[in-house]
Amino acid sequence: MRKGKNMLEIKNLHVKLEEEDKQILKGVDLKVEAGKVHAIMGPNGSGKSTLSYVLAGREGYEVTEGEATLLGEDLLDMDPEERAALGVFLAFQYPVEIPGVGNMTFLRTAVNAQRKARGEEEMSSTEFLKVVREKAKALKIDAEMLKRPVNVGFSGGEKKRNEILQMAMLEPKLCILDETDSGLDVDAMKLVSEGVNALRDEGRGFLVITHYQRLLDHIKPDVVHIMADGRIIKTGGPELALEVEQNGYADLLAEVQ
Amino acid sequence: MSAILSRSIKTKPSAARTTATEARMAALSPGASSGWSVPAREAALARVQSMGLPQPRDEYWRFTKPQGLVQAEAPQAALFDPQEAPTFDQIDRVKIVFVDGVFSAEDSDPLELAGVSIERLAEATSDIHWAKDLYGVLEERGQDPVERPLAALNTWAATDGVLIRVSGKAEKPVSLIYRHESETSDVMLHHVIKLEEGAELTLLENGPAAARFNKVMEVEVADEARFHHVRTQGRDHERRAATHIFARLGRESLFKSFTLTANGVMTRNEAVIELTGDDAMAHVAGACMGDGREFHHDDTVFVTHDALNCESRQVFKKVLRNGATGVFQGKILVKEGAQKTDGYQISQSLLLDGDSTFLAKPELEIYADDVACSHGSTSGAIDEEAIFYLRSRGVDAETAQDLMTIAFLAEALDEIEDETLREALLERLTAWLERRRG
Ligand SMILES: Nc1ncnc2c1ncn2[C@@H]1O[C@H](COP(=O)(O)OP(=O)(O)OP(=O)(O)O)[C@@H](O)[C@H]1O
Ligand SMILES: [Mg+2]
Repeated sequence: MRKGKNMLEIKNLHVKLEEEDKQILKGVDLKVEAGKVHAIMGPNGSGKSTLSYVLAGREGYEVTEGEATLLGEDLLDMDPEERAALGVFLAFQYPVEIPGVGNMTFLRTAVNAQRKARGEEEMSSTEFLKVVREKAKALKIDAEMLKRPVNVGFSGGEKKRNEILQMAMLEPKLCILDETDSGLDVDAMKLVSEGVNALRDEGRGFLVITHYQRLLDHIKPDVVHIMADGRIIKTGGPELALEVEQNGYADLLAEVQ
Repeated sequence: MSAILSRSIKTKPSAARTTATEARMAALSPGASSGWSVPAREAALARVQSMGLPQPRDEYWRFTKPQGLVQAEAPQAALFDPQEAPTFDQIDRVKIVFVDGVFSAEDSDPLELAGVSIERLAEATSDIHWAKDLYGVLEERGQDPVERPLAALNTWAATDGVLIRVSGKAEKPVSLIYRHESETSDVMLHHVIKLEEGAELTLLENGPAAARFNKVMEVEVADEARFHHVRTQGRDHERRAATHIFARLGRESLFKSFTLTANGVMTRNEAVIELTGDDAMAHVAGACMGDGREFHHDDTVFVTHDALNCESRQVFKKVLRNGATGVFQGKILVKEGAQKTDGYQISQSLLLDGDSTFLAKPELEIYADDVACSHGSTSGAIDEEAIFYLRSRGVDAETAQDLMTIAFLAEALDEIEDETLREALLERLTAWLERRRG
């Protein structure tokens, strides 16, 4: 993939809740190029998680206008699993606990399901074990945690590290991180950032949702967007995040009004 | 109230019940005309006549229609080829095969196992036999306080079965295999198992057995003996089964029973367990998958604590879809003086759609003051958040649902102590689901 080519393209995306008449995204325009890291910041409730869910294919939302494509393919028409096979990965703001399903089984099923969907060979169990162990070690996830049911009894920080482990195993094209830094202690933040940085390459784009500059000290963004009330109201370089850190959103919000 | 008294004041069966009972009995005859079992069979006949067979309005049959199980002729049941190796195929065991209830010497292993005597009921025709102390005896004890007429009917008319007496630790499992090859077979088998003091046996059962199968198993577990029972009930979609286990446990003994059921239009599995020796343990568990409007599965369990410091555990899980029905009736009765009883009961169902139904009647009846008993029953839909999480990782919707199904049932499967058997059933379950996905 040629650097700079559009990976994710969102045009004028309008989204409302399926169940109620509530418009949440009100015309989002966003492009993430391959090889780049884009950060999204914005006040609580501005629609950041909603955007990430809509891209991942969660039910309960209705797209009323606009489009979203990944590598030129219409994402909005696809099932979540098809999007995943194409390369979408969402690290959840609140990772889900699945009692009874072992973390290992879950990871292997996911890796092989995606490989199968792409017409690739499944990973043998010995190879899989080797790779998982390596990547888990780098994230300081111990073997015992891998045996436990998915996210059950994990601490907040452990859940976030587990998200990054999944991302590392699945090697997606577009990595969406929704507040992966929240709940992480300083050391875990470093581990997770290293995990993310290790995946940075020419063929991969990142959309990093965060409230804090601190994460962006570790994962240096190329572009920073500010989202407010369902729109991207400002786009700039890394300095924009510093500005938010110092002054909050008031000035930026005043600018657009 | 004693059994005698409660029966003597019982009103006569209604005319409709009597007619239905007579119609059913006319299609049967006593399973033996000579030998040690005759008195027990005659007594059972009298029991059936006085109780009459279950009718739709009976309280104990409130959730399950007895019609197909009691009507004179067995409803036809198409044969089904599961296209896979039978359960337990990998397990080293003594195989005893019944084809539509008829013993097949050709398919069975020699009935030989060190420390274990195995005989067929149909061949045990002498006048004196150890099984005389148990045949119909545990069944009759189990008729109070709730009547189980189908079991008495079986004691009267059973044509065959196995009589197993265990004096040592059996080195491998005894495996009863029930093949179903006739669309109209109507089968009654009756097994008696006696574990002597300190003895140990694992009994396996698998296969659909018949178009209609009525099976009784009476198990005596003497002091310090251990009995493990693991069964799968065969996948023939149209088969019907009414099974009863009657068990009596001695001091420090262990009784464990696990059942995996998928398919079958009608299954009623009753387990009646009496803890009569101190420090005994009884665990009954079941996992069941029901698919389709015709599917009906009923687990009915009655555990009586009549000794000190005993533990009982009931764990039943059901996954139901496309209009299937699951039933659980479970009771723990703690008799006066049965102090330090630890009784636990849980029944749960996972409803994969709004069409399916789970009916539960958990009951505790306690006459001792120093006991710990708990029971719970839940029924819920699949966790959509978890499904989305799985799908967002690339797992397709059906596989995601199957993973959740296995996760749900695994808690019941965990009740199987033997790891090889547990893995075998887990693999079986996974394969079934995979095949269903196609
Ligand atoms: N299923 C829902 N039902 C009702 N309201 C919803 C639902 N999903 C989102 N919303 C509303 O939409 C708005 C945007 O929510 P969203 O979670 O996308 O915000 P956010 O930018 O991620 O906020 P935060 O920074 O707090 O994580 C909020 O007002 C939220 O309450
Ligand atoms: Mg959010």
